[in-house]
Amino acid sequence: MKKILLVIVLLQLSVVVDAKELYRAKSLYRDIYVVEKNDLLCLKFSIPRREDTSQSCMDRKNPLRMVFNYTRMMMASVLVNPEPQSILIVGLGGGTLPTAFNDMYPNAEITNVEIDPAVAKVARKYFDFNETEKNQVVIKDARLHIKRQALKNKKYDLIILDAFGSDYIPEHLTTVEFLQEVKQVLSPQGVLASNTFSSSKYYHHESSTYAEVFGKFFVMQTNAGSNRVILYSEDDTLLNIKNIENNVKALGETLEKYDVDAELMLRSINTMPMWNESARPLTDQYSPANILNAKEK
Amino acid sequence: MAFIMGFVIMSVEMLGGRILAPYFGGSIHIWGSIITVFMLALAIGYALGGLYSRRRPDIRKYGVLFIAAALLLWIIIFFSESLGDFVFLKIEDERAGSLVYCILIFFLPTTVMGFASPYAVSLITTSKETSGVSAGFLYFLSTIGSALGTLITSFYLVEYFETNTIIKFCSGILLVLGIAAILQHRKNA
Repeated sequence: MKKILLVIVLLQLSVVVDAKELYRAKSLYRDIYVVEKNDLLCLKFSIPRREDTSQSCMDRKNPLRMVFNYTRMMMASVLVNPEPQSILIVGLGGGTLPTAFNDMYPNAEITNVEIDPAVAKVARKYFDFNETEKNQVVIKDARLHIKRQALKNKKYDLIILDAFGSDYIPEHLTTVEFLQEVKQVLSPQGVLASNTFSSSKYYHHESSTYAEVFGKFFVMQTNAGSNRVILYSEDDTLLNIKNIENNVKALGETLEKYDVDAELMLRSINTMPMWNESARPLTDQYSPANILNAKEK
Repeated sequence: MAFIMGFVIMSVEMLGGRILAPYFGGSIHIWGSIITVFMLALAIGYALGGLYSRRRPDIRKYGVLFIAAALLLWIIIFFSESLGDFVFLKIEDERAGSLVYCILIFFLPTTVMGFASPYAVSLITTSKETSGVSAGFLYFLSTIGSALGTLITSFYLVEYFETNTIIKFCSGILLVLGIAAILQHRKNA
């Protein structure tokens, strides 16, 4: 028993020793840490000692490589519509995803919406996030940005929702009303990719909510119990496994550069996701996403 | 009654975040607006309630305050959506917008709820010597009510009920208590 304890203590020490903390700040919303371990630079929102709390990681030797499975899945959303002209990304993190999109589609207009100015600062300073005319950051609540863009009739070809952490979900971004607003700013060939969870009671309510607004959607999930990415498009010829297969052939090689295995992504798509359909959809009047997320599935 | 008033004030304040989020987001500014408006409304309510309590306070008038607060809560139920859309369209800045919106929907009910507080102190105070005791006891009850209103609303009620249902429930208890107070007054008279 003592030996085991010793090993655990040593293991923890080793984590502390080789993960170097480069930056720490208290923002308006959370604690922000930038930690370096081997060649990985990671952004964390909670105490670095706890494992797998990274929001975003960048491989210093190859900044375009997607480090996490969920960012690979988000990137794979281009298999639905391979030519997005305008991209909206909700939740900046370290900015690795927009950097990769910007590399793959240098002519596309990318708008990143981030609520926390301190996160944007860290992305620029530590993660080489390069803000340009084509790759902009808007510091705003996503719901407000989308509502204002809907008033202006702005449309996006790809919308990435990545604002849901495992310890906190912004509840006003989980509701039927919000998704209807998202739908308003999605172009006719546009694709929505939403990064969410699959391990709590929230899973059922979330699925019911997406079903109420979108009817049919696909789910991409590489490992059971991990993140899942919900994929949706208004265009049935795009949200179609044949189309995705064709795009895997066309884009497979390009996506390798970002460490995205298109074949694997194709195999990870579930066209008929199942859930408990009696779960109540979330609305602006009823949205206890965080309470539900703390409960067993 | 002071306990319930404390409960309702904080229950509604906690729901404020949910009511504002669709129009003004989840940024820290909206909590700034909500808390500012609640504090201002309560302050004005306390001052006015204190002045009014000099005019022969009785339990009937106290009951009427509860009924008034119960009815004013329906501003939130009826108008929170249309006013939210309206302010969102008129004011682009979310700080100014959320502040104006909070004044529109929370100010009147919260002022009346604040009004009831010093009024209750004057009702139970029998002499100058014991006024501190009465005030202390009422603050105790109403603040314990506030603590429970915050906790129960955010931990449990929102898991099962819609925002408007919870506000209707709050309005309902205020109404019942208000009517009970008036009946009590008649019985005594």
